[in-house]
Amino acid sequence: MSEKPWISVCEIDDLFPDTGVCALVNNQQVAIFRSRRLDEVFAISNYDPIGEANVLSRGIIGSIGDEVVVASPLYKEHYNLRTGECLEKPEYTVAVYPVRVDDGLVQVQA
Amino acid sequence: MKKRIVVVGNGMVGHKFIDNLVNHADADQYQVITFSEEPRLAYDRVQLSKYFSGSTAEDLMLTSEDYYTEKSVEFILKDKVVDLDFENKEVITASGRREGYDKLVLATGSFPFVPPIPGNNGEHCLVYRTIEDLEAITRSAQQSKIGVVVGGGLLGLEAAAALKAAGLETHVVEFAPRLMAVQLDEGGGKLLRRKIEAIGVKVHTQKATNEIVAGTEARYRMNFADGSHLETDMILFSAGIRPQDELARKCGIQVGERGGIVVDNNCQTNLDDVYAIGECALWNNRIYGLVAPGYQMAKVALSHITGGSEQFMGADMSTKLKLLGVDVASIGDAHGATPGSLSYTYSNDVEEVYKRMIVSADNKKLLGAVLVGDVEAYGTLQQMCVNGMDLPEDPNCLILPSVDGAGMAIGVDALPETAMICSCFDVSKGAICCAVQDGARTMGDIKAVTKASTGCGGCSALTKQVMDAELVKLGVEVSNHICEHFPHSRQELADIVRIKQIKSFDDLLDQHGHGLGCEICKPAVASILAAFWNEFVLDKKHIGLQDTNDIFLGNMQKDGTYSIVPRVAGGEITPDKLIALGQVAKEYKLYTKITGGQRVDLFGAQLHQLPAIWKKLVDAGFETGHAYGKSLRTVKSCVGSTWCRYGVLDSVGMAITLENRYKGVRAPHKIKFGVSGCTRECAEAQSKDFGVIATETGWSLYVCGNGGMRPRHADLFATGLDDATLIKYIDRVMMFYIRTGDRLQRTSVWMENMEGGLDYLKQVVINDKLGLCAELEEQMAYNISQYQCEWKTTVESEELQKRFKHFINADVPDNNLAYVVEREQIRPATALERTNSSIQFVELVD
Repeated sequence: MSEKPWISVCEIDDLFPDTGVCALVNNQQVAIFRSRRLDEVFAISNYDPIGEANVLSRGIIGSIGDEVVVASPLYKEHYNLRTGECLEKPEYTVAVYPVRVDDGLVQVQA
Repeated sequence: MKKRIVVVGNGMVGHKFIDNLVNHADADQYQVITFSEEPRLAYDRVQLSKYFSGSTAEDLMLTSEDYYTEKSVEFILKDKVVDLDFENKEVITASGRREGYDKLVLATGSFPFVPPIPGNNGEHCLVYRTIEDLEAITRSAQQSKIGVVVGGGLLGLEAAAALKAAGLETHVVEFAPRLMAVQLDEGGGKLLRRKIEAIGVKVHTQKATNEIVAGTEARYRMNFADGSHLETDMILFSAGIRPQDELARKCGIQVGERGGIVVDNNCQTNLDDVYAIGECALWNNRIYGLVAPGYQMAKVALSHITGGSEQFMGADMSTKLKLLGVDVASIGDAHGATPGSLSYTYSNDVEEVYKRMIVSADNKKLLGAVLVGDVEAYGTLQQMCVNGMDLPEDPNCLILPSVDGAGMAIGVDALPETAMICSCFDVSKGAICCAVQDGARTMGDIKAVTKASTGCGGCSALTKQVMDAELVKLGVEVSNHICEHFPHSRQELADIVRIKQIKSFDDLLDQHGHGLGCEICKPAVASILAAFWNEFVLDKKHIGLQDTNDIFLGNMQKDGTYSIVPRVAGGEITPDKLIALGQVAKEYKLYTKITGGQRVDLFGAQLHQLPAIWKKLVDAGFETGHAYGKSLRTVKSCVGSTWCRYGVLDSVGMAITLENRYKGVRAPHKIKFGVSGCTRECAEAQSKDFGVIATETGWSLYVCGNGGMRPRHADLFATGLDDATLIKYIDRVMMFYIRTGDRLQRTSVWMENMEGGLDYLKQVVINDKLGLCAELEEQMAYNISQYQCEWKTTVESEELQKRFKHFINADVPDNNLAYVVEREQIRPATALERTNSSIQFVELVD
């Protein structure tokens, strides 16, 4: 499988700590989050499959037990930022994308 | 034929007897007739002092004429029974009326003892017992600057509180060397005195009044036996009660040497068909001047009349109450009068707490206790004493401050199921446990189901402990931790933030939590930080804490777009502003609807459109309406005295003042106000968190109402307020709510879960019981001074507007949005419509 290219979407400073943004990458809406405490960025699909709207980037991030999660701003289900799994309804999963910070740029493969 | 029962006296106990009888299984076999010399049926004499904090005579009523009529109880008011005709079994009243009886129940109560001091009959020498007395006190207080209460007992201190509340310089004159000599020991009395003096009531002990003469500075002068004197404008005698046994005495029914109608264990007098109950009855040479034993006697007398076998075997005289804002409790043998008894004492002058336990000579049983300043142990100690339970191995733990919260845990589990928790409503521990097993989860539930702690409220802490213990048994989590990241309640977090001056979530998490936080604790802490420091909510360091509604200053709708609600203070809007709103809505094709809070809601704004739309609104003179925030929403008003024929005060003007004052202040949950210009109440203020209603004498303030899912009528908090006092009280209540409310707890639930309820809130806000009022007002003033319209700030800052884009890397809208037209406006397309290719969707505004 050929590796997708890394696409730069914004500067790391555009991504306020502990918030998310949405980027358009190859026609897909990608929600990107930055955790200050973990000093780490995460990328999942922006589409909330339960609320059926493109809103996940606007959820609050945090932890449930050992999992790093985002809570959907619509009905507050939690999605695991590393696996995409919905904690409350495991039958729902959202896509997870590789993401990195390179030379101050946030880059995604999607 | 029905048996005729005549009840002489319609006080609390007389009424209780009647109420029990008409609800008895054999009620249809009896006809009840009751007489009262007072002009009204039974009212709550225990809560008499509430009359001075806003309650009306109506509020204090325990029953109504309608209820008696419905239950076929005959009642004769303002006619005193003055004689008995035993031969014909008839009572004879002052007006000459005669009524026959089969059974006669004397519930004549007591009267205040007025010491035989020359000059004690002046116009402004009063007593404190009936509503008429209170009316006289109110009248007199209006013409007085200084007031003296003669008697430093329980009732005397209540009377002093009334004078203090009326704004008088208040003195208490007591013959004994200490206050509440019956209930308290020397140490307790001393501390009580100190605390009462600290709030400005002057206490004079060991003073015998020789005479009352005309004063020079004030109306009267009291000359004391020790040569000193005191000038005052009014005098309240509260030097104890005497049983009202005049009728019995006159008719030859046996009375005690020092008064009181002698009764046996059936509450029967020496005449078979005559009973005596309540404060007029002398059982075992003892008068019971509390309501609970009176109720017990009412039960016993009814049981005997209806063929039951209940007996009166004495009653526990333990009491717990707040006097002038000071917590005081007395249990059992408070003075250590039992031969050989030992005592444990804990006294802390710094925190002003005094606790003393009297235990049996073998250190096995608790005999009595005195608590002043901290009465948390009352429930446990009283139960331990009444039920004769064994003391724990180390009895110290019962009164020592608990280091790790473990001290009190021995209490409720050890109680027998039959233990009486609420003596006002006869609720046992078992009944509370049953209620929990049937699904009760909060104090509000327990009160609704069992009535426990809805009387004097003295048992509320214990009731909660029983409830919590039962919840734990059922495996229900009773942790009050806000979430898994902080082992604290919202209130505790608020205290930590305030006391440690913490200014960011990260600092709080570092010092007091773990993990990364979540969507529960983050907004809660943001709200606490905003409430105390009221910094701009979108400051970088707070932004990740906020719910999307707070970040984007709008309410997210089901498709991810936002609604826009500008503030329309008091619902007053100029035609120009209305036009401006319409133009913006039209330009952006926003769905437009009038809200229940007298403003306009615009729906369907995309994230990137918000700053442009708000720029236009701000330019037209609008501010954010905070429809997205846990903060003041609207102050609904009727048109008031400026236009309405019936309006008494300017409700719109007050609504606008209040809305502008409190806009932007963050709270545990949203807050709504209503202001009505007269008692027709067109603004529905009583369904709001804060309701204000104009009356002829000023504003009435109602608090903690709610509409919505669980409607609750607001409680009347204070009446006859001028503008400044109204605002002062609202400042204090609101800030107290902000400080003590739980996350997402509306004021209605906050009130229902507040120990001590409305009364306690009044104590805190009106009487400054916690000494907090100045601080609350300061905090509110600071919050108000920090107000800014978040939308104005945002549209003026390019930096802040950057976030308002659906994509960080593309200037295109969310392609998932789809709208159709209905009733000439847009609405989101349904899932079915989206799959239907023949449907024409509305073109989005760029």
